Amino acid sequence: MSSPDTLTHSKTAQGPLVEARGLSHARDGRTVMAIGDWQLQPGAHALLLGPSGSGKTTFINIVTGLLTPSHGTISVAGEVMSALPPAARDALRRRTIGLVFQTLRLIPALSVTDNLALAQQLALGHVDRAAIAGMIDRVGLAHRAAAQPRQLSQGEGQRAAIARALITRPRLVVADEPTSALDDTNAARMIDLMFDVADATGATLLVATHDGRIAHRFANRFNLMAPVAA
Amino acid sequence: MIGLSLAYLRDRGLNTALNILLLALSVASLVILLLFSSQLENRFDKDAQGIDMVVGAKGSPLQLILSSVYHVDIPTGNVPLDTVDLLRRQLGVAEAIPLALGDSFRSFRIVGTEPAYPALLGASLADGRMFAAKMEAVIGADVAARTGATLGQRFVGGHGMSSGDEGPKHEETPFIVVGRLKPTGTVIDRLILTRVESVWGVHGIEDPGEDHHEGESAEDHEAHAGAAEVTAVLVRFGSPIAAVRLPGFINRQTNLQAAVPAVEVSRLLALVGVGLDAVRAFAVLLMLTAGLSIFVALLTALKEREGDMAMLRVIGASRAAIIGQVASEGLILASAGAALGLLLGHGVIGMAAASIEQLRALGLNALTFHPGEALIVAAALGIGLIAALIPALRVLKTDIAETLANAR
Ligand SMILES: Nc1ncnc2c1ncn2[C@@H]1O[C@H](COP(=O)(O)OP(=O)(O)O)[C@@H](O)[C@H]1O
Ligand SMILES: [Mg+2]
Repeated sequence: MSSPDTLTHSKTAQGPLVEARGLSHARDGRTVMAIGDWQLQPGAHALLLGPSGSGKTTFINIVTGLLTPSHGTISVAGEVMSALPPAARDALRRRTIGLVFQTLRLIPALSVTDNLALAQQLALGHVDRAAIAGMIDRVGLAHRAAAQPRQLSQGEGQRAAIARALITRPRLVVADEPTSALDDTNAARMIDLMFDVADATGATLLVATHDGRIAHRFANRFNLMAPVAA
Repeated sequence: MIGLSLAYLRDRGLNTALNILLLALSVASLVILLLFSSQLENRFDKDAQGIDMVVGAKGSPLQLILSSVYHVDIPTGNVPLDTVDLLRRQLGVAEAIPLALGDSFRSFRIVGTEPAYPALLGASLADGRMFAAKMEAVIGADVAARTGATLGQRFVGGHGMSSGDEGPKHEETPFIVVGRLKPTGTVIDRLILTRVESVWGVHGIEDPGEDHHEGESAEDHEAHAGAAEVTAVLVRFGSPIAAVRLPGFINRQTNLQAAVPAVEVSRLLALVGVGLDAVRAFAVLLMLTAGLSIFVALLTALKEREGDMAMLRVIGASRAAIIGQVASEGLILASAGAALGLLLGHGVIGMAAASIEQLRALGLNALTFHPGEALIVAAALGIGLIAALIPALRVLKTDIAETLANAR
């Protein structure tokens, strides 16, 4: 790891990695997500569990700075997301957060290796081929490194998506419904892999899902408050 | 990000190839038109350098110019030899050079003239000497190269101007090569130059200075050969007054007409120009079509790629970087099209020059570049860039969270 990340890390090592204060979000006058005060400690594996429509994706989008909350603040690595100008918010996300989506969102025109290389280039400004090969090996895709996403099976695609989220060595890995479309076996493998890679890189894990099958894997589970009708 | 652009272009390879081809065709046609017309005009100018007026038999002035300046058409007829003296006596005439046409050797025209003619076109000897005596000939660089004629070689001209050796030959009166000219890039490279009297000699006309043959009456002589004639006289003016006065004066003479190369050439180019303009308009239309096609291709591609673009933003690409990436796709397409078009254009010119004798004779050359080509390339790149930027600007309006939620 290079110096800036290490410095930031030490500065906020004592405090929470993510912190919400009085956080809620309203759309068209209707509160669609509310959590109030909440903290995520570094190194935690946290699961946001809740039914469909309870505001999980809204919360994830606020944490990652893609959405500005209507009430309260969220801070990541000590920085208040909504207080940052867009470019700085992009930079914070780029340096700090890795994202995994239910639909994997690999770039179909690029091979697995190049998808990782692009993420690395964008986040870190350079490409480390050895690190990419190591990550692809860790997620068990060494034999598929040159394949394009559309040639991958569902399971292979998920492993590639996790590899891409983690190749930038983010301190926070956020996954929105990573297992909802998977059968039991693949869902379990997905969680295994995320735990494995997150632990190996020291990343904090935040998973949002309505999938009760994986709930028992997380000690740190939390819910959103029931939205209050306006 | 350039790698990403290439990956996307490769990903829709057929569409990419078609767009490159479409753009290349339009660039090629514009380049061909440009090279063709500029090289032709350049050649027209070079061949007519120093020739302010041509005097010949009445007929089409364009035909007179084409036959006597560019040596491509048949002459309008002949004029009396004393026309040369008449012209030389006129005020403001710096030079009057006679041309006697009618024969050829292996499709190269034999031109009876004076050493002033090659001098006028800036030709100088590569070896040997200038023709002096009757039947001595100096050959142009192309003639030397194509026939392999060496100094001292004798050859026999044939009657007719372009049929090569097919016309009746003048076996009893061979020419002898006494000199060879350096290449000039003008029509003189393809001419065989000799004295006017040599051409008469071939045709049995006598030099007016020579005595009549024994037993031949003056009438016989006239009947046999007609008066001594030349085909045309090239005139260089010494003063601008001559340009105003002389053409009118000549045209009032019963048998003579004066034609000005600059006027006839611009009239010809105006005629040809209408055709060229139509082709050019078509080529421009083709280029706009190519631009539109790239625009549509990128627009559709970007619609499909909304999710990709949102994802790129999530993993750290700025809006500017994404717009730049899409723009580079358009630019890569346009550059490839322009490069291929240049290659194609010059290739076609080269093939045309290699396979069509007349075009080569006119100096068509694939290896010359014209500054206008830079403009054509710039236009192609500009069109590619604009075609890419318009859809790319959509990026500015997309909401990442929204797109990620909805796309695909
Ligand atoms: N773009 C949107 N426009 C309007 N309403 C939205 C939009 N996105 C989400 N919502 C609403 O916000 C609430 C929470 O949605 P979401 O955060 O996606 O929940 P979850 O991820 O838990 O299923 C839902 O009632 C949903 O209808
Ligand atoms: Mg959701």
